[in-house]
Amino acid sequence: MTKRKLSNGLLTGLTLVAAATLVGCGDKEAKKEQAAFVEINKNPFPSTYQALPSVPTLITNVMLIDGIGGQLENASVLLENGKIKAIGNDIAAPNAKVIDGTGKWLTPGIIDVHSHLGVYATPDTGSHSDGNEATKPVTAAVWAEHSIWPQDPGFRRALAGGVTSLHILPGSANLVGGRSVTVKNLPNRVIQDMKFPDAPYGMKMACGENPKRVYGKKGGPSTRMGNVAGYRQAWADAQKYQRSWDKYKADYDAGKNPQAPKRDLNLETLAGVLADEIMVHMHCYRADDMGTMIDVMNEFDYQIATFEHAVEGYKIADKLAENNICASMWADWYGFKMEAYDGIRENIPMVAKAQACAIVHSDSDQGIQRLNQEAAKAFSDGKRAGIDFTQAQAFSWITSNPAKALGIFEQTGSLEVGKNADVVLWTADPFSTYSQAELVFIDGGLAFDRTNPEGWAISDFELGQVGQGDHK
Amino acid sequence: MSKLTLSAIAAVTAMTLSGTVMAEKIAITGGTVHTMAAKGTLENATVLIENGIIADVVSGGVNLDGSYRIIDAKGKVVTPGLIGAYTSLGLVEVPSWAGINDSSTKDAKYTAALDASDAISPDTTLRNITRIEGFTSAASVLGYTETLYKGRGAIITLSDDQTPVTHKQAFMAVDLSSHGAEKTGGTRAELWGTFRNALNEAKFAANLKFTPQTEWHGELSKANVQALVPVVSGKMPLLVHVHSASDIRRVIELTSDYKKLNVTLVGAAEGWRVANEIATAGFSVILNPESNLPYGFEQSGATLANAARLEKAGVNIAIGINTHNIRLATQHAGNAVANGLSWQAGLASLTTAPAKIYGIDDQLGRLKKGMQADVVVWSGDPLEVIHAPTNVIINGEEVKLESRQTLLRDRYLTLDTEKPQQYTRP
Repeated sequence: MTKRKLSNGLLTGLTLVAAATLVGCGDKEAKKEQAAFVEINKNPFPSTYQALPSVPTLITNVMLIDGIGGQLENASVLLENGKIKAIGNDIAAPNAKVIDGTGKWLTPGIIDVHSHLGVYATPDTGSHSDGNEATKPVTAAVWAEHSIWPQDPGFRRALAGGVTSLHILPGSANLVGGRSVTVKNLPNRVIQDMKFPDAPYGMKMACGENPKRVYGKKGGPSTRMGNVAGYRQAWADAQKYQRSWDKYKADYDAGKNPQAPKRDLNLETLAGVLADEIMVHMHCYRADDMGTMIDVMNEFDYQIATFEHAVEGYKIADKLAENNICASMWADWYGFKMEAYDGIRENIPMVAKAQACAIVHSDSDQGIQRLNQEAAKAFSDGKRAGIDFTQAQAFSWITSNPAKALGIFEQTGSLEVGKNADVVLWTADPFSTYSQAELVFIDGGLAFDRTNPEGWAISDFELGQVGQGDHK
Repeated sequence: MSKLTLSAIAAVTAMTLSGTVMAEKIAITGGTVHTMAAKGTLENATVLIENGIIADVVSGGVNLDGSYRIIDAKGKVVTPGLIGAYTSLGLVEVPSWAGINDSSTKDAKYTAALDASDAISPDTTLRNITRIEGFTSAASVLGYTETLYKGRGAIITLSDDQTPVTHKQAFMAVDLSSHGAEKTGGTRAELWGTFRNALNEAKFAANLKFTPQTEWHGELSKANVQALVPVVSGKMPLLVHVHSASDIRRVIELTSDYKKLNVTLVGAAEGWRVANEIATAGFSVILNPESNLPYGFEQSGATLANAARLEKAGVNIAIGINTHNIRLATQHAGNAVANGLSWQAGLASLTTAPAKIYGIDDQLGRLKKGMQADVVVWSGDPLEVIHAPTNVIINGEEVKLESRQTLLRDRYLTLDTEKPQQYTRP
């Protein structure tokens, strides 16, 4: 939808340029006419994603978890033309390849809201450290997709953990770190091949310790209050920038011949947030930091999609719910710095209990391989503390909730007829440590088959290295 | 007079102290008991605890007199207290930008001589956070240093004991991986020369009685070379951080020159490539079985099958390299099992294997008559992420399943929103 609007705008701009050029041929009247309207192409790096080839596939007799709270025993699911065609107990599909899922579990593909795969790729070298443009505190102009190395072996490992889509962000050194991007977990030769078609852009921001540590001796901010002044000034500048373009458009529409404002890539991204085109994902640990940012959000009239990490989400779960902000959390990380000191194992279920949108994220090339286990820990820790979700509800923390937070829930994040066939068949209950993703489908194509090592994807980097094609 | 009073007080204090340890007789009944000893796994078994020691483990029910407090473990699983195989517990509360962090050095003069037991605090909040997840003791040593040496580590108990170090100078840790090379001339070519020379100097130092006047012209300082003497004589286990197959072969080769070295490999991402050689050399391995990415070229062969392949070759494997989240070693072991390790070896990697590495297997790691009573009762399979301890007994005493984290949880679960949150007592 958004994309269509954008490309129409782009077309109009190009048409006008062409018209102006034609008109310019020796027509003296042209000087009084308007110059071509300057329209900014909002999608200069369009997705070139192509799904894997697929055949109609019927998976039968599974325990199905649909990602939106439902669970169905002895279920069958038909995947066809990249979509989920049918779900039921008795589906006739004479032409489909049939996979007997007896004793196995079927879930939506897992979605990780917080990954740095590709921007902090392995091998873990300085030359691969492309996640933080730590040169000034506001770098909204940079885009994570321009750092992502599709040959990061981590993508393939995450696939074996059932991850079908992921959101890759810049790091948290900066107040505004730059644009994030949602990708399909099918690395290819160039990054555009991975981009999730029509997914909205995100923008990374960061609270607390990191920006003040990085900039404390580099001209500031050096305090949390300095951080907040930095965000507010950036938004105020973006508002002015937005007004200058609005005025340009209004003058042009009024028949005047205004000069277009100079493009500022920093402010362009910030203004994209104010125009509701780009979603904010904000790294914040402490409850008080999040409380402050909720007011900044209201002051400048934008929406924070997620607080990333939200280690103290449980302290303000009611406010997260009231303000419609998701919290993306670890199951049990804590203590590695002061703002993570109050991490507790029941954070995720406590946030969910307050009716806020709870997400289990990884922020780790290891954690992303086992998000099902991370959700299982949060689920069982909650249960022991008297917070009783069903397992099917808890699975929404790694499927539908992240899809909603990334603006891709219409396409994926649940097993519903018509949705993308992003599906994982597990060897056993995915809340067991011993369960493994056996088959992983992305858009109906079989991206990973644990039982067929010959078919496993191998990154260019790992070709010719020790352990190429090994059990990873 | 005053002398008398003092000794009287001392006697009373001693009684009180020992009294806390010896107060209770506990019987854990009805559970599935993994003894990790000759008796193997017993169903519906009883574990008897007395004077801080395991008095017996018996199959089936027993007639108990009224002196035992009974912990009903019916439907539950009972294991030895888990041992944190390789941690910095007690040395660090918050590592980043939070004051002195005793698990790291800055311009330190001590290298091999660093002694973790001089820095360990019993009051770390990590103690309770860790023990309520079933870990009752741990090996602790510095995590970050500026040389190849991490110094001498200690074994600590996670009981309420205010002097938690049970074995000081229990092992020596060195880093002979790329990290060690980075700090030693930037190349293995210097790292290995430096380390061989150090061991050689330690051989000579063994025959010296050091005083400030002792003539000594070695490259190592007197304190540092003395610390290495028990390593070359094999009295002190040597833990070696290493990843690549070729570096592991170098360590094996080292033991032909220094035959008494008692080596355990730490990390060993490519251990599987030389599994048989490791087994023949008699090394143990402490590993992270989930580490399956090429974090550096020395780890190109990293695989989830590492633990299983090492087990197949007959190598003693411990699992658990972490500090704040050493409690997740159960999950790590579970994932090793999911990738081919036997379940028994998975539980051994958290109990008997680390006990063997540190030479404390006569006290810890098994449920057997005479062993220290570190015992955990679990809601189910401890390697399953959904299960957790229901009872934790350390040195014969049951500890409350309470930590700073559970207090925070309980405050916010029962928050009185009429008042500022600080008035809600969990």
